[in-house]
Amino acid sequence: MGLLDQRFENGNVFITSLDGLLNWARLSSLWQMQFGLACCAIEMMAASASNFDIMRFGVIPRATPRQVDVMFVAGTVTIKMASRIKRLYDQMSEPRYVISMGSCATCGGPYWEHGYHVLKGVDRVIPVDVYIPGCPPRPEALLEGIMKLQEKVRKESLVKKRA
Amino acid sequence: MLTEFGKAFIFLLLGVIFVVLGLFGAWIFRPRRPYPEKNATYECGEEPVGSAWIRLNVRFYVIALVFLIFDVEVAVLFPWALVFRQFGLFGFLEMAVFLVILFVGYAYVWLKGDLNWDKPKPEIPVIKRTIVTAMEIDSRHVFIDDDEMVE
Repeated sequence: MGLLDQRFENGNVFITSLDGLLNWARLSSLWQMQFGLACCAIEMMAASASNFDIMRFGVIPRATPRQVDVMFVAGTVTIKMASRIKRLYDQMSEPRYVISMGSCATCGGPYWEHGYHVLKGVDRVIPVDVYIPGCPPRPEALLEGIMKLQEKVRKESLVKKRA
Repeated sequence: MLTEFGKAFIFLLLGVIFVVLGLFGAWIFRPRRPYPEKNATYECGEEPVGSAWIRLNVRFYVIALVFLIFDVEVAVLFPWALVFRQFGLFGFLEMAVFLVILFVGYAYVWLKGDLNWDKPKPEIPVIKRTIVTAMEIDSRHVFIDDDEMVE
């Protein structure tokens, strides 16, 4: 535990104001894990290019999980890749978020029944915050997924969570 | 009135304050929940093999030293070449002595063979013939003659 993180039982005006500042800073610079798995990664690259310009949301691709806030699971997660994704997620610094992009990452997609090598949804190995439907989703869909994630980050708090 | 070093000192002070404030702020706000998988060495998602601290071949040390000598030589030769005409004969002899000293070092390294980069020949272990009983040979062992092993 850090000095302030999850240390408070109840919120007051100072804590909620500080929450607002921290969450604004975090949602404005969601740095992205730079990797792609299948054709969804092509759409992710299109979203990074000038036409859709994902960087206006503060999403910057980084090459190491230590500097990263959000992981886009863009594509088919094979069973061989699942252990790697789990390890990469473990090595990300907190607070960390996961966006499951496309049908394959969400539930196995077209491989849901006969794909002997495909993980049926990346949420079987790591917790997912936002699911984006589509096969593959258009870059606009990815942008909306990022905005949904920003709404979620806006609600984070330093106050200890209750069961 | 501020001297030139005073301005440099202000820049140094600002740099130190910036770094300390950044690290201090991060220490206050960050969540800290370490566990072994999180602290593991990053190897592109693979299981890390060994430590990230590996040993470099000691031969790079000699190469680095030789490089340093010639690096310094070039760094000295360029300004010398610019003012060569003003120095005259004295400057020329001075630089000649310097170059001869460096050349002796270069010849020494070359003759000693430190610039060669051929792989060391591995020593093949020679297996000594051991005395075994006839029963052991019969039961499970197949022995190859020593001469074939050394091959």
